[in-house]
Amino acid sequence: MCARPIVQMKNIEKHFGSVIALAGVSIDVNAGECHCLLGDNGAGKSTFIKTMSGVHKPTAGEIIFEGQPMDFTDPRDAIAAGIATVHQHLAMIPLMSVSRNFFMGNEPIKTLGFLRFFDHDYANRVTTEEMRQMGINLRGPDQAVGTLSGGERQTVAIARAVHFGAKVLILDEPTSALGVRQTSNVLATIDKVRKQGVAVVFITHNVRHALAVGDRFTVLNRGKTLGTAERGEITPEELQDLMAGGQELAELEGSLGGTV
Amino acid sequence: MSDTPQTVADERIKSMSRLRTALIRPELGGIVGTVAVFTFFLLFAFDSGMFNAQGVMNWSVVSAQFMIIAVGACLLMIAGEFDLSVGSMIGFAGMMIAIFGVTLDWPMWMAIALTFVICILFGALNGYIVVRTGLPSFIVTLATLFILRGFTIFIPQTIERKTIIGGIREAAEGDWLAPLFGGKILTGVFQWLGNAGIIDVFERGSRKGQPVVDGIPMLIIWALLLVFVAHVLLTRTRFGNWIFASGGDADAARNSGVPVNKVKILMFMFTAFCATVFATCQVMEFGSAGADRGLLKEFEAIIAVVIGGALLTGGYGSVIGAALGALIFGVVQQGLFFAGVESSLFRVFLGVILLFAVILNTYIRRIITGER
Ligand SMILES: Nc1ncnc2c1ncn2[C@@H]1O[C@H](COP(=O)(O)OP(=O)(O)OP(=O)(O)O)[C@@H](O)[C@H]1O
Ligand SMILES: [Mg+2]
Repeated sequence: MCARPIVQMKNIEKHFGSVIALAGVSIDVNAGECHCLLGDNGAGKSTFIKTMSGVHKPTAGEIIFEGQPMDFTDPRDAIAAGIATVHQHLAMIPLMSVSRNFFMGNEPIKTLGFLRFFDHDYANRVTTEEMRQMGINLRGPDQAVGTLSGGERQTVAIARAVHFGAKVLILDEPTSALGVRQTSNVLATIDKVRKQGVAVVFITHNVRHALAVGDRFTVLNRGKTLGTAERGEITPEELQDLMAGGQELAELEGSLGGTV
Repeated sequence: MSDTPQTVADERIKSMSRLRTALIRPELGGIVGTVAVFTFFLLFAFDSGMFNAQGVMNWSVVSAQFMIIAVGACLLMIAGEFDLSVGSMIGFAGMMIAIFGVTLDWPMWMAIALTFVICILFGALNGYIVVRTGLPSFIVTLATLFILRGFTIFIPQTIERKTIIGGIREAAEGDWLAPLFGGKILTGVFQWLGNAGIIDVFERGSRKGQPVVDGIPMLIIWALLLVFVAHVLLTRTRFGNWIFASGGDADAARNSGVPVNKVKILMFMFTAFCATVFATCQVMEFGSAGADRGLLKEFEAIIAVVIGGALLTGGYGSVIGAALGALIFGVVQQGLFFAGVESSLFRVFLGVILLFAVILNTYIRRIITGER
């Protein structure tokens, strides 16, 4: 791993009133790697990536993007810098069509004289094509997102982020609602964009998915990191134990007959 | 949301008839309502004079008035907000024009321009307070409703000791900006139509020989222009996508990089602009400003928008629909008058149409958006 980090997060803290969601988390993400973020529910994973994508302003800490200190005040800034995010809660608008959602905030423009219009033809074409590549055949790009199934919506969000994530792609539990074929599609897509030099931050609760594509693994627990491991340094069992905070899982596992 | 490119045939889609596909659109309620209303009046009030040149002009003007404020209310509602101060804003704007142009005797163009600036700033203030505090716009603009109405009564009473200020038409004489609101166009064409006997001319009186309808009021031009511009803006531009997104889910829109606050504030400003256009046309037509002008207009605008298929909670709607809602409003109000029906029945009729259109719209919207 010789690439220089494209994003460095240093001692990020985030407080919500009296709640300390993040108590100083540092990681860095290299171009062309898939960095997995793991950890229990409520560990602070989503909060952490939201500081990276400009949704939350960190209470303390520093974000360095391509060597420059960055101060994202708005998701727009992050998107403009080439950071695209699939949020856990998707950021899709059910009343709007798939293609309007796909290009929301990044609408393609066609000019007519001095007037600037939304290029619906282009948007519809690209949306249909990108969705097909993810293994979903849309009834039509003008179909409302509200008529899609949960997994289909998630796929739209992923396809959108892949399309716009020029430098960094952040995926917050992107496969939680996906079928087998769509999941392997997403994992293959992560692998593909990583090879193109995009830095991927991948949040998941599934150790097998993490190990399938991850280069490095950072485990968060109660707002702190438990450390970062490189691929090959850690066994699936160790990772699983770390994620669940150690021995409790071992006990559980006994009672569940080793199925977890 | 149109022009679908090639999509692969899917065995899981029942083929829909062309007719059904064409009908499933947000404006359907408005279209059906319009057809129903016209059919009704053509059948029952055809001879009442409602469909001769004068009659047509009569309900067109009233509908155009509704349209102007409905367009503003429509975009704002789609962006997820309400403005209850529209009616007060109309009264306030008219009064400001009268104070500046008549009481202070400034040139009319200056009075109008300054009034536009003040009212749009009030719109911006509405929007700013709403996005900053996160309070429902319903409450914030309710406050503005009272504040503006209060000023509209207080200012002329303090300065002129009355609540109606006249003399605006005289003050606007020879002004270059005023005719843009109070003027008429195509007067030559109408004179020709009159001479050719296609429309009636006055038989006697001071206007003997002039056609009964002597031109198209600028009010109607404003209405059509606003409908056209707003429709194109909403459906065919980047900003239009932002309007839908801001009203559909502000957080999701923000996370995707839509400048939601800016969009909402701009829409409040646009609503204020529409109200001021309405007010300016009105004072130019009446020649006076009254402190009670514009009463309840905000509700009429909102009703027209809802008849037109917009969702009260935002994120969905159509400017064309809202314009049809306004047309229904105008035609019913004037039509019942022409038909000589008790004016109280106007409300009954309107209530029935409102209910009917909204039920139809809800049904259509469920089909389109998959709401459950
Ligand atoms: N806007 C907020 N206001 C207050 N507390 C918050 C807010 N957002 C997150 N938190 C708190 O911060 C902590 C971390 O939440 P976060 O969503 O980052 O967890 P997570 O690791 O993504 O969990 P999951 O695996 O369930 O998605 C939680 O205790 C949560 O209650
Ligand atoms: Mg989360």
